[in-house]
Amino acid sequence: MTAQASLEQIRADVGRRKLFDKLFVVVGMLVMFSALLVLAVLFIDLVQKGAPRLNLDFLTQFPSRKPERAGILSAWVGTSLIMLTTAAITMPVGVAAAIYLEEYAPKNWVTAIIEINVTNLAGVPSIIYGLLALGLFVYQFNLGQTILTAGLTLSLLILPIVIVATREALRAVPRPIREAAYALGATRWEVTAHHVLPYSMGGILTGMIIGLSRAIGETAPLITIGALSFIAFLPQSPVTGEFPFLSFAWLKDAFTAMPIQMFNWVSRPDPRFQINAAAAGAILLGMTLLMNGVAIWLRYRYRKRINW
Amino acid sequence: MTGTVPGLAYRKLRDRVIETLLLGAALVAVFTTLAIVVVLVRESLPFFEHVSLRDFLTDTMWTPLFADARYGIMPLVAGTMVTTLVALAVAIPCGTLIAIYLSEFAPHRLREIIKPALELLGAVPTVVYGYFALMMVTPFLQKLIPGLPGFNMLSAGLVIGIMIIPYVASVSEDAMRAVPTYMREGSYAMGATRFQTATRVVVPGAMSGIAAAYILGISRAVGETMVVAVAAGLQPNLTWNPTEPAATITAFIVQVSLGDLPHDSIGYQSIFAAGLVLMLMTLVFNIAGFTLTRRFRQAY
Repeated sequence: MTAQASLEQIRADVGRRKLFDKLFVVVGMLVMFSALLVLAVLFIDLVQKGAPRLNLDFLTQFPSRKPERAGILSAWVGTSLIMLTTAAITMPVGVAAAIYLEEYAPKNWVTAIIEINVTNLAGVPSIIYGLLALGLFVYQFNLGQTILTAGLTLSLLILPIVIVATREALRAVPRPIREAAYALGATRWEVTAHHVLPYSMGGILTGMIIGLSRAIGETAPLITIGALSFIAFLPQSPVTGEFPFLSFAWLKDAFTAMPIQMFNWVSRPDPRFQINAAAAGAILLGMTLLMNGVAIWLRYRYRKRINW
Repeated sequence: MTGTVPGLAYRKLRDRVIETLLLGAALVAVFTTLAIVVVLVRESLPFFEHVSLRDFLTDTMWTPLFADARYGIMPLVAGTMVTTLVALAVAIPCGTLIAIYLSEFAPHRLREIIKPALELLGAVPTVVYGYFALMMVTPFLQKLIPGLPGFNMLSAGLVIGIMIIPYVASVSEDAMRAVPTYMREGSYAMGATRFQTATRVVVPGAMSGIAAAYILGISRAVGETMVVAVAAGLQPNLTWNPTEPAATITAFIVQVSLGDLPHDSIGYQSIFAAGLVLMLMTLVFNIAGFTLTRRFRQAY
């Protein structure tokens, strides 16, 4: 074998290997953009198919047996109230748990158990939370199939998401800020409340929005606790005419929600209901994408603005 | 001066109270896990008094709501396994490819845009994915596979696969990026190309994280409910053929919940037994994942 031949061999070999590199870039881009294309196609298809129903009437009518008169009034009101309840429960509990784990927790077995549980709960299928709620909230605590039960269920479901996101946000605050505050005689809570929390607010908010965007589309746990799909009335109003102007009676009302309404329409054989399903899906998907968009934008903005 | 700072005792007391409250919030996670176990076991005990464990595991029919009730969980487990395998057949190659591309090939700016965009794919409500499987993927597949029934596990599995791509891709990518740069540089210095470095240095180095990503994908797919409830049919069917309709464990729970069963009926208890099996399956995968992660862990 001459030196000439082996050099040519090496050249050919390198050429082939470089071709592999280029091929991989093409394949990688192709797979990635096809995945994103699916999302675009899905959204456009939903809007197109649902277009005949995407109007104000759709938002202001109750469900009905006649597809062209059925609307999502009770569904979107239900979803809004459930989200309000979920946020009101998750925000304090999730942030408090994260503060404990990140700022207070000593290194011992109690902390280890809590951490393992948070990680594991993030992997528990959502329908299991539905069964938990059915056994615990509906039958044990007798809360019934109400907005309160739904809010509690979804709170437990998104709690791990909020805890993990909040911990990341707290961890991003540099140690010197805490040490400076301690040096001035602040207690641990003062350090946390006056310095660490304000700096990490952006990250906490982002985690909260991501969590709620997960909760808004959850269907299975709500079906499991026995949500009805045909609700032709609204929950009691949270605002009343007399003192104290606020009422929480709606917490004990039956409900339906956007994803449940959509599921109900999808599972009907009449193709005219599929138009309604598409319209509801377009609104639901639009809301989820909007929430995620806001979260991404917030994350981007906070990351850009803060320079430690 | 010997006096202490005014209000210090109060501030210290307040700190103690707050710390206890925070601990209480953190313990919610522990109580949730305990409550899940207690509820699932307690509510399915009456079921197992009625049905022997042997029948439950070996009978080939699952018809707890019929007059001639049979209680073999196998058809539901098979349905769950088939949809999960189809989903993994999509998500593992696609997710891994995307992860390798993003971590080793993509320019920084592109990655910054693509990563959040991919995460949107995982944020789509599952009922919307169910609609996608039933109304778009199935009609498309019916053109390719003549005689494919309107409800089938194939289309549900494919859509679940698309849904879990971001989980697989994102966790794998994090693992690959954690592989130290000097290992790549060593590989380049030996004359390896990017592709060779990616497949022979970075991927083996990140194997523990990649295994964790796959396990995460599996537990998502096993627990996925709405896609199968909408698109795979609700008929328990002991088959390993993905082109047939079948119910999964999760779809069965949804089907029963949609009806109005009394609290003490065997149908009501059967969903908790099914839930228990689902929980155990997820647990097995998580333990397997934990062991795999340990086995592949590399110290840099």
